[in-house]
Amino acid sequence: MIRAPLVKALGALGSPTHQIASRAVRTSAIVAQTPAKAPEKIEVFVDDIPVQVLPGTTVLQAAALVGVEIPRFCYHERLAVAGNCRMCLVEVEKSPKPVAACAMPVMKGWRIKTNSDLTRKAREGVMEFLLMNHPLDCPICDQGGECDLQDQAMAFGSDRSRFTDINYTGKRAVEDKDIGPLVKTIMTRCIHCTRCVRFASEIAGVDDLGTTGRGNDMQIGTYVEKLFLSELSGNVIDLCPVGALTNKPYSFVARPWEIRKVSSIDVLDAVGSNIVVSTRTNEVLRILPRENEDVNEEWLADKSRFACDGLKRQRLVAPMVRMPNGELQAVEWEGALIAVAKALKKANGQVAGVAGQLADVEAMVALKDLVNRLEGETLVTEQGFIKGSGTDVRANYLLNSTIAGLEEADAVLLVGTNPRYEAPLVNTRLRKAYVHNESQIASIGPKIDLSYEHDNLGSDPVLIKDVCSGSHAFSKVLEGAKKPAIIIGADLLEREDGAAIHATIVEYCQKLKKPEWNPFNVLQNNAAQVGAYDVGYQPGADRAVKAQPKVLFLLNADAGKVTREQLPKDCFVVYIGSHGDNGASIADAVLPGAAYTEKQAIYVNTEGRPQQTLPGVSPPGMAREDWKILRAISEVVGTPLPYDTLDELRARLEDISPHLTRLGELESAGFNDTGAQAAISKSIGGGAIDVKQKELRDYFMTDAISRSSLTMAKCILAVNKQKRQDEQAKQSVAI
Amino acid sequence: MFGLLEVGLLALPRLCTLGRSLHITSMRRRSKLDACNMYDKMKFEFTKENKARVESLLTWYPEAERQGALLPLLDIAQRQHGWLPISAVVAVAEVLKIDPMQAYETAKYYTMFHMKPRGMYVVAVCTSTPCFLRGSDDLLKACSKMLRLEPGETSKDMQFSLKVDCCLGACVNGPVVTINDDLYEDLTEVSLESILSDLKCGKVPPAGPYSGRCSSEPKDGATTLLIDPPPAGYKMQDLDDSGEK
Repeated sequence: MIRAPLVKALGALGSPTHQIASRAVRTSAIVAQTPAKAPEKIEVFVDDIPVQVLPGTTVLQAAALVGVEIPRFCYHERLAVAGNCRMCLVEVEKSPKPVAACAMPVMKGWRIKTNSDLTRKAREGVMEFLLMNHPLDCPICDQGGECDLQDQAMAFGSDRSRFTDINYTGKRAVEDKDIGPLVKTIMTRCIHCTRCVRFASEIAGVDDLGTTGRGNDMQIGTYVEKLFLSELSGNVIDLCPVGALTNKPYSFVARPWEIRKVSSIDVLDAVGSNIVVSTRTNEVLRILPRENEDVNEEWLADKSRFACDGLKRQRLVAPMVRMPNGELQAVEWEGALIAVAKALKKANGQVAGVAGQLADVEAMVALKDLVNRLEGETLVTEQGFIKGSGTDVRANYLLNSTIAGLEEADAVLLVGTNPRYEAPLVNTRLRKAYVHNESQIASIGPKIDLSYEHDNLGSDPVLIKDVCSGSHAFSKVLEGAKKPAIIIGADLLEREDGAAIHATIVEYCQKLKKPEWNPFNVLQNNAAQVGAYDVGYQPGADRAVKAQPKVLFLLNADAGKVTREQLPKDCFVVYIGSHGDNGASIADAVLPGAAYTEKQAIYVNTEGRPQQTLPGVSPPGMAREDWKILRAISEVVGTPLPYDTLDELRARLEDISPHLTRLGELESAGFNDTGAQAAISKSIGGGAIDVKQKELRDYFMTDAISRSSLTMAKCILAVNKQKRQDEQAKQSVAI
Repeated sequence: MFGLLEVGLLALPRLCTLGRSLHITSMRRRSKLDACNMYDKMKFEFTKENKARVESLLTWYPEAERQGALLPLLDIAQRQHGWLPISAVVAVAEVLKIDPMQAYETAKYYTMFHMKPRGMYVVAVCTSTPCFLRGSDDLLKACSKMLRLEPGETSKDMQFSLKVDCCLGACVNGPVVTINDDLYEDLTEVSLESILSDLKCGKVPPAGPYSGRCSSEPKDGATTLLIDPPPAGYKMQDLDDSGEK
């Protein structure tokens, strides 16, 4: 437990940038962080450049302010300071020894020398020690080319080592650990920076990893042979400065200098995490997070990171039409388009469209325009929402407190949602609020593990009424909070009494709202959802069924909410999408679309932030971008859509809603409008409130891409195996 | 024939040196603490007296700083069970409401916690510099020979464990050996042998220096403070008289 005392010391000094790890430390740190008046800045000199910093700033941060980067292994901005790698040693004038820059707060007038002889000698010494027990296996190491140790050995290390293996005793060797199907461990390469341990306990909230033994026998590991299975486990790969923790599915696949990197957006949950797609020879090799403070910081959830192998499997590569014998047969585009156009002509306006969870805004607009031109009006999303006109007002379906804003919330009520698996990176913000902001969190719904302590109020829907009428104990917490937030799960609002729940909470939020703070939040779980509502889709696939259309378009609709039995016998189902999943299996015509790594498309995340994906690879086989397919159908059917290029389509998007093309910017959804939803007469009272994703194994497969991913299947296997083992162990104890 | 054999024999040690420590770790695999070990068939539970001890200990710590009691609790668990199985570590973690990993980290860090079954008497020979200068190497060899154990091993009858320790904090009385909780100081091979044979017979010899010293005073009598201390008030101003003169 090297970390606690240092953190405590730094916390007490009142540095605003420090992360405080343990709950016990929190109170003192917060008291220290809110001094009566702003502390005066102090002047220090980094390589003789004067810089004004707040008291409590570390040497390393002060150096960063003037643009001097001090080498480090264990220090990470988002984790607690450990100070154990010693790579950041620098000389400070009049200090007898070099100081660890990451952990030492600056004092007035300090002269820090980041490139003096002493500093360089200290770095070389540390590097020599690190390399003494580090294998020289860079040629077979997956981290090669993007390895901090490699880079820093080049930049700051000595060109020779005094280590000679005179007795042939060998370097230190450590047994590899099996911590799951996602992270590969080569523990001999570990330099004990403990970043992974700190990430697991501070950010992911899973205290599974730790350091065991001491001195030369120190190891990173778990206390029993146990998988490190968290929905955020992949991030330790990025954090690891050496090749000790590497990406298992990506192992021995490519070198960083061979791959092409494309900045894109993740669509496997509604967070809209920023990602970098690494591709080579028209193949997606891996996905890494891209920094965006407002959305995903620098983390990425496991599904978003590892489900990319699902992009290569179960793909639709050629248009298909169902033959009279009931089998789908691959045809040329021409034949498929003509078949669809024929059906559309026959339909006489009885056309409907269902957008699924991976549909992009452009395709949805194109589909809407096409259906409207054919005099159809039923355009719905697969995911439901409240009955009535709930989607008319934007604030009704957004995460209004914003993802980054939730960090500042001091009282949170979760209603029928499990953010840990529905939106892991929203959950990290809630955990941050819990750890650093003394946030009180309660949930209404089944008992779940959220990775932080919270009160489960129960799963009776009447509780919502109790809380919102102010009679529940937690109402007082919400009302007394500076920034309260109520988060409703999107699935909950699908219920019969969803509208009543929504109206009750909206009304209560009117009471809770503060200037510049909207406590009302809906946590969507589909990337397409907000965009669909923004362009005027209605929620609920049942509306499409009720319309009994002659032609039904399924745009990436794979959740299986529309079944063949519900539709009229002569209904012609057209599936446009990337994967052969539930949608394609009931379709009469299958038109292969592009997945999110293959198209430039806009997705709006749960807080209402439009962001665009960029194509890293081209669609496989004869697949085309979804909106182009719809444009082609419109041409064949004789009502051409008025846009031929993406720019023209984007201009159309701007006409519908100008915010859609302001990429990356958040349009505030005017809070006062939320109440416009007329009070619903129906009362709350259905069955117990439930969430779909209760455990980790429910998390991995939620859409067409992750369902086709081999890695995700392995994860589920591993989780099940671990669970069986735990149960067996428990039983043997009972005996 | 003989020639070949000779070559083979000569080649053997060289082959051994080539098979580096990597192989040693793979051999250790068998003794690895795995899931079966964690939930020992006997679930660890504090005895009634120890439960009371734990309770009274916990009252020393504020609610938020309970994990401070981790070391004493692990010690109580070890004293109760003789050594510290993982189930005991987990039980301690449960009492303190911390993650088992945290307790395990601590238990693995301190050499005083034995995570494997140990002998009734744990003989720890200090090999730090001062003790080394006073001949601790010979002591270690003598121990090894007498107990027929290598450092780190436990005898089959579970009577003795031998281990090498770093500074035990009694450098003035080096060389030093601890046996369980007691320090045996100023040892020679002869005195150590007598101690060990006493233990083998079931007698626990008295702890302390074995050179005839009382504690850590100089071996050949006092070298400083040789004169009697001056009486109280020595060289102090005589307050009563000064006024008159």
